[in-house]
Amino acid sequence: MEIASLTIDAARASVQERQITAVALAEAHYARIQKEDGQVGAFLTLSRERALEQAERIDRLAVDGKPLPPLAGVPVGIKDVMSTRGVRTTAGSKILEKYVPPYDCTAVSRLESAGAVVLGKMNCDEFAMGSSNENSGYGPVRNPRDLTRVPGGSSGGSAAAVAADMAVFTLGSDTGGSIRQPASFCGVVGLMPTYGRVSRYGLIAFASSLDHIGPLTKTVKDAATVLRTIAGRDPMDSTSAEVPVPDYVAELEKPVRGLKIGVAKEYFGEGLDDEVRAAVEGAIDKLKGVGCEAVPVSLPHTPYAIPTYYLIATAEASSNLARYDGVRYSQRARGVRTLSEMYRRSRDEGFGAEVKRRIMLGTYALSAGYYDAYYLKAQKVRTLLTRDFDEAFQKVDAIVTPTSPTAAFRLGEKSNDPLAMYLADIYTVTADLAGIPGISIPCGETREKLPIGLQILGKHFDEATILRVAHAYEQAT
Amino acid sequence: MKVTDKDVAYVADLANLELTEDERRGMVRDLNSILEYVDRLNELDTSDVPPMAQVSDRYGVDEAKQGSERFAYAMREDVLDGLRPSLPHEETLANAPDADDQFFRVPKVIER
Repeated sequence: MEIASLTIDAARASVQERQITAVALAEAHYARIQKEDGQVGAFLTLSRERALEQAERIDRLAVDGKPLPPLAGVPVGIKDVMSTRGVRTTAGSKILEKYVPPYDCTAVSRLESAGAVVLGKMNCDEFAMGSSNENSGYGPVRNPRDLTRVPGGSSGGSAAAVAADMAVFTLGSDTGGSIRQPASFCGVVGLMPTYGRVSRYGLIAFASSLDHIGPLTKTVKDAATVLRTIAGRDPMDSTSAEVPVPDYVAELEKPVRGLKIGVAKEYFGEGLDDEVRAAVEGAIDKLKGVGCEAVPVSLPHTPYAIPTYYLIATAEASSNLARYDGVRYSQRARGVRTLSEMYRRSRDEGFGAEVKRRIMLGTYALSAGYYDAYYLKAQKVRTLLTRDFDEAFQKVDAIVTPTSPTAAFRLGEKSNDPLAMYLADIYTVTADLAGIPGISIPCGETREKLPIGLQILGKHFDEATILRVAHAYEQAT
Repeated sequence: MKVTDKDVAYVADLANLELTEDERRGMVRDLNSILEYVDRLNELDTSDVPPMAQVSDRYGVDEAKQGSERFAYAMREDVLDGLRPSLPHEETLANAPDADDQFFRVPKVIER
């Protein structure tokens, strides 16, 4: 069976109609992984036993002629920051090299209840901290579209696997752009839902007020299908919202004619690559062509988003990562004699350079004498950034921007300059800070055949509208 | 230079990191470069702006309710019975670098 460009509906239908068994479909993907992943590096762990057990269960249902659940037999990859019972979960960090979780992440168990087949765990930047996947403790991921380039990050393995047809879809996490930016770099669809829309139970915490789980897929409809499955209140996560979940797939078919699409000048300024600008402007013209109205809006505090983000995210990370102390589940340094030495040496050995840098920055920003100047200041600017969106969404239904200022950069290009790397997230971090949903969809290529991403941002809990606009654009191209 | 060698040593101590000499030097350089960039936040007058710790209390909640009432759906009764069982001992200890069959084991806590 041809697995290139295989969508969720096509995969499920072929299993339902018994053109292929779920087991054979999983094996076809494992064969693809075997062939391609040596050079891409998208998978960290394969969960073959768990996958085949699930696939066999689906095949038995298909043989009985029972209607199959919506993701029946669909092979999926899970970013390695989501806990999987009995399957090693590292968060891309050496400090969790041997960690085998005793429970499942809610998003993963909801996928499996809907019939999805978990192939394995995806490489990512350590603790999801990075924009290029070069911070993984297990080696970088390469962009399948050009192996000399990064896939983006931190969900680099999740994006690369979908782009290289090693999984029909994957789950990623987004704290400052980590689903949308790699989706853009690899030429796939990446959706960050509203804060609180998808339970984070079982997600290894980076920055708790910013972390989101969402899908990376080949089509917008697939993203809608996955969101419909994983969204909704979960008693295991007190931050999961009690807001009704619409049928995102049905909503796709509503017309987009007359929708107002905001265009914010702050997202088209200095630093934006000319080819990316041209592609995004072309996409805006296409949206006008299908009946949307482009409306200028202003998000005046945008230039302050990156500093705000890097103070808040690192402060929260410094607290969340205190739990890796060499006692309960993290690696312990050998030959230590005192408790304090054990903490320090275990953390020194287990964490990589970027994680240590962020723990240090966050600890500094929270420390006595600096709290008001840095952390509290950033929290106040977060209010201003959120108000910008509140005001803009009084006038428009969605906002379109480039996902990233450039297409995928080369491995090593920014790895010695943390600040340059942070600026790769310049168009994505504001949505995380404001808690609004955003989607990145492919909108063309550079002359060097590198994918370019269009970002569509929406109102809180209004994923339906951004999916609808994204779907309309996808259908028009 | 805002951040000195001494600051890095102090913060590393708070964060339970040791750091090599090389790492400490790199940290002084990187933290100064990042904090210099972060300083642009001081261009904004935020004296009348309330801080925002999270978004959950603003969106997707019943705005007619106040404070923690907005999260009533996330509350449960404080009961003794009927809660989700805890993980069994052996599963909880399975990932520990050092444990006996009941406890996590660590080096001596009291240093002399």
